[in-house]
Amino acid sequence: MSVDFGYLDRAAKKEIRRCALKALAIPGHQVPYASREMPIGRGFGTGGLQVTLALIGPSDVLKVIDQGSDDSVNAVNLRDFITTTCPGVTTTVRTQDASMVQTRHRIPERPLTAEQILVLQVPYPDSLVVVESSEARRRVMHGEQDYARLLVKLYEDLVRFREITISHRYPTRINGHYVIDPSPIPRWDVPKLNMSETMFIFGAGREKKIYAVPPHTRAEPLAFDDVPFRTEDFRDGNGKRRQCVHCGADDTFLDEIHGDGGVTHQCSDTDWCDQRRAAQPRHAEARHG
Amino acid sequence: MDEPVLVADGLTRIHGVGCDRCLETTGPLSDTNRCSACGAVVAMADVSFALHPGEILGVMGESGSGKSTLVKVLHGDLAPSAGSAWFTQGDTRHELFALNAAERRSLRDRAMGMVHQNPHLGLNFQVSCGGNVAERLLMAGERRFATIRQRAERLLARMQVPIERMDERPGAFSGGMQQRVQIAKALATDPPLLLLDEVTTGLDVSVQARILDLILELQRETGTAMIVVTHDLGVIRLLAGRTLVMRLGRVVESGLTDQILEDPAHPYTQQLVSAAL
Repeated sequence: MSVDFGYLDRAAKKEIRRCALKALAIPGHQVPYASREMPIGRGFGTGGLQVTLALIGPSDVLKVIDQGSDDSVNAVNLRDFITTTCPGVTTTVRTQDASMVQTRHRIPERPLTAEQILVLQVPYPDSLVVVESSEARRRVMHGEQDYARLLVKLYEDLVRFREITISHRYPTRINGHYVIDPSPIPRWDVPKLNMSETMFIFGAGREKKIYAVPPHTRAEPLAFDDVPFRTEDFRDGNGKRRQCVHCGADDTFLDEIHGDGGVTHQCSDTDWCDQRRAAQPRHAEARHG
Repeated sequence: MDEPVLVADGLTRIHGVGCDRCLETTGPLSDTNRCSACGAVVAMADVSFALHPGEILGVMGESGSGKSTLVKVLHGDLAPSAGSAWFTQGDTRHELFALNAAERRSLRDRAMGMVHQNPHLGLNFQVSCGGNVAERLLMAGERRFATIRQRAERLLARMQVPIERMDERPGAFSGGMQQRVQIAKALATDPPLLLLDEVTTGLDVSVQARILDLILELQRETGTAMIVVTHDLGVIRLLAGRTLVMRLGRVVESGLTDQILEDPAHPYTQQLVSAAL
């Protein structure tokens, strides 16, 4: 694959590809890289953007989402930037048509395939940052699989709230060794990393780290043997599973919307919601009406 | 007699580059621990002893005598400049300083407990007392929440920490209670070796007495071997069967505690014992 394409210079591209390969070879290990200056501010997805720009080619079909939505500002700007600087790249909102998906804080509901690559934008790459402030010590801890202090956090949650209260960035052990911060995806998405068909590449621009979950790799959220990990249940006060107000789905990750009519819930993955509704003619007017 | 839990042989720690003359120019006879040739500080030199199961070894000496250095080296917080230490666990003998970092840590997490003078070093004040005990159990590989909870309750109750307060943070406790939580944490994995570094220093006398009683009870019940570092002769008299007296990094006298306290041979020990009266 050519290195003379798109926005990044050859050296940057080669370096990021090397780091991505190393990250895939050592699942969950954070590979440091020389995060380039990007024309957007650090913290706005520069890590994911650099990985995407290093891997993308003219025949790729790109989807960019932010919190599950193709239309939010971050996603629109990144998509515009990539199509402007990478001639030939086309974009789509349909998950199944994309060859690459860059995402912030969600993994699409539709199962991804072996032909697709998911690139995640990461603000905080290190799962241990919540318990240890020194990076030098964190690296030793990762090397020695010293994750007891993360489990103490879970213990404290169970004692205080009878429930593990981590809603996103749930520490997840990859291939039985490194515990990653899977970026701020909700718990709902964590099981999708496990034994997946597709590969997940995580890029942290500000923190200058790349790491990966390769296909067919174990991804186990930290938990106790007798208090297993669980995802959001989206039950209302009566114990009934909430549904998407638009498509009626009761098996998706829902966003809570506070509007004039009170609180409603809708699919966070807008493409999934739209495709479901397109298949149900009677709902077709509801959203755009 | 049982095989020793721990055998230390010629443990030495020099701060600084060091030279050939470090050992001959320092020590009680030279009345300094700074090498006159190169300026390095000999914190501890040529310390050897054997510790048997269930035994309490006292290490006594003034500030700067190297007693805390000894404990830090044994616990793996500080690398020795020379010497070796053999640790027996079950049927295996480990040369402590030949293990790699991960093996060393795993051995320490399972088989050694450390109680510091300052609870802030031994406890995490951001998590509850129960969480502190849990940390040790989690380090040793326990993954059942209910088991961890029960074990933490039992240990804290054993150390006379009211279990209805086990979910409070150590900052809410008195100094004596913090120290008992620290001991409960150190004992979480039933380690065959416990290192106690000035555990009662700075506590008032009645609290000291309760903690010392608890330590003695523990030793009788569990047969844990302990190394007790202190400058307090009372603590040594009460706890230790055998004692090392250290000065300027060297062991100047060792033997049965009673003998050392009743009939001190080395002038420094004599001075120490008479000063205590």
